[in-house]
Amino acid sequence: MGENLKCSNCENPATVHLTQIINNKIIKVDLCEACAQAKGVMNPEGFSLADLLGQTQLVERSEDQALQCPACGLKTADFRRSGRMGCSVCFSVFAPLLRPVLVDMHVGCSHKGKTPELVLNRQSAVARLERLEQALEQAISDEAYEDAAKYRDQIKTLKSNAATLEYSQS
Amino acid sequence: MIESLLQSDNAELTRNSQKSSPVVLSTRLRLARNLVGVPFPERATMAQRRDILAKCAAHLSSLAKLEQGNFFKISDLSDLEKQVLVERHLISRELCESHPGSGVYIDKDQTCSVMINEEDHLRIQFLKSGFRLKSVWKQINCFDSELESDLDIAFDAEFGYLTACPTNLGTGLRASVMMHLPGLVLSGQMERVARAVNQLGITVRGLFGEGSDATGHVFQISNQQTLGEKEEDIIERLGNVLKTVIDHEVNARYKRLEDNSAKLLDHIGRAYGLLRNAHVLTSTEAMHHLSLLRLAVDFGMLPEAMRVDIDRFFIESQPGHVQFAANKGIEPDARDVCRATMLRKELSALPSLDFDKVIDLP
Repeated sequence: MGENLKCSNCENPATVHLTQIINNKIIKVDLCEACAQAKGVMNPEGFSLADLLGQTQLVERSEDQALQCPACGLKTADFRRSGRMGCSVCFSVFAPLLRPVLVDMHVGCSHKGKTPELVLNRQSAVARLERLEQALEQAISDEAYEDAAKYRDQIKTLKSNAATLEYSQS
Repeated sequence: MIESLLQSDNAELTRNSQKSSPVVLSTRLRLARNLVGVPFPERATMAQRRDILAKCAAHLSSLAKLEQGNFFKISDLSDLEKQVLVERHLISRELCESHPGSGVYIDKDQTCSVMINEEDHLRIQFLKSGFRLKSVWKQINCFDSELESDLDIAFDAEFGYLTACPTNLGTGLRASVMMHLPGLVLSGQMERVARAVNQLGITVRGLFGEGSDATGHVFQISNQQTLGEKEEDIIERLGNVLKTVIDHEVNARYKRLEDNSAKLLDHIGRAYGLLRNAHVLTSTEAMHHLSLLRLAVDFGMLPEAMRVDIDRFFIESQPGHVQFAANKGIEPDARDVCRATMLRKELSALPSLDFDKVIDLP
């Protein structure tokens, strides 16, 4: 290392050089011995260069800058810092950022195991019910009473099926 | 609050004499699950956390498995009580440090515990003594399916069960086997074995998980990956690797005996003498000597029935348990005296080591 690098934190010569790759993005930091100790870099567990640099110095890809979960408010920067999702809605929002992370983490990128049939049936029943109720309202306002009767019957059947699935509104 | 748990005669880890086996102490499976429509615990508000806790606790109390079980709010437990539950592997350190609004349901046999508002809304754990990955999977799978009847569990066709940390996505399954590996440690092979299994996507950690050291030659070995494989395949793969580890361990023990029986038997003999006579014992020291006593049982030098007791002493020698037994928080020095007293008393009726059992071995 012939270059005379200065510590990113103070002006002393840097003796600790770190490289971390997150989502195919290379982050480099140079620190002096004292700053490295102070920032806990010597313990490789549980620290991230992203934290060290502060978000401002991170060059973010333009496409993921604006992401934010409408349900819990998690932002791209939050995800990059903590590596955690905020709620179940986050997964559809952050899927493009998540997929590359999963490649190195797991055996495959898509789920092959158990599915919660009961929950999925219940959820699809709820979605169908919502669609039918909308259609019913529309039919009534259009004075299409034959259609309305049909939708009303379908809703009735669905609700009685849902009851056997121990349908619960959460 | 937890006295009844400790005095229970049915506790899986400390009383199950039928299932105790050489090399493998226990099998533990956990599933991470979350509810839809509410942020994960770390991002949930206090009110949301309380709601989740109330809702999950109410549903759990209706399940047959948890009948006569105990529910504890973490905020109601003292530090010492939490430590005792951690030492019994019934709750995690993370749960102890979590914000208010978290709790745990523990069944009466202490085989099943469900943590609420740890890193995920629900962390279901089944724990059994012995090497029983497949049967424990069957049990936890049934239990998990029962939860679905009343709780809207977050699931996605691509990512599987949704979890706060991407490392648990997919199945949310962590299968972990607690192994006693004195042969590999004493012959200096443990690091090599750990590195080899690591390359197969399997993690080796100390007795109390991340960052803990392997006191008592006890290791937790578990799957690292949770996404992209069926639960049965994860378990099969882990099981196959562990069978190889068991073979290596058994070979290492006999090789050690063959190469230098005097030294190994001396270690065991000293451990026996020390545990029965010492008046001051640190937990590390106690674990080390208990490990050698367990090895003696596996060699046939002590009766088989002793193994489950030794496994119990592994747990009861931990700092939290020693203090709990003394009925107060006590300083480490006093703890070491209490620990030695407990072990001297427990081991006073121990039969002599039957060295003849190993003299004739090939």
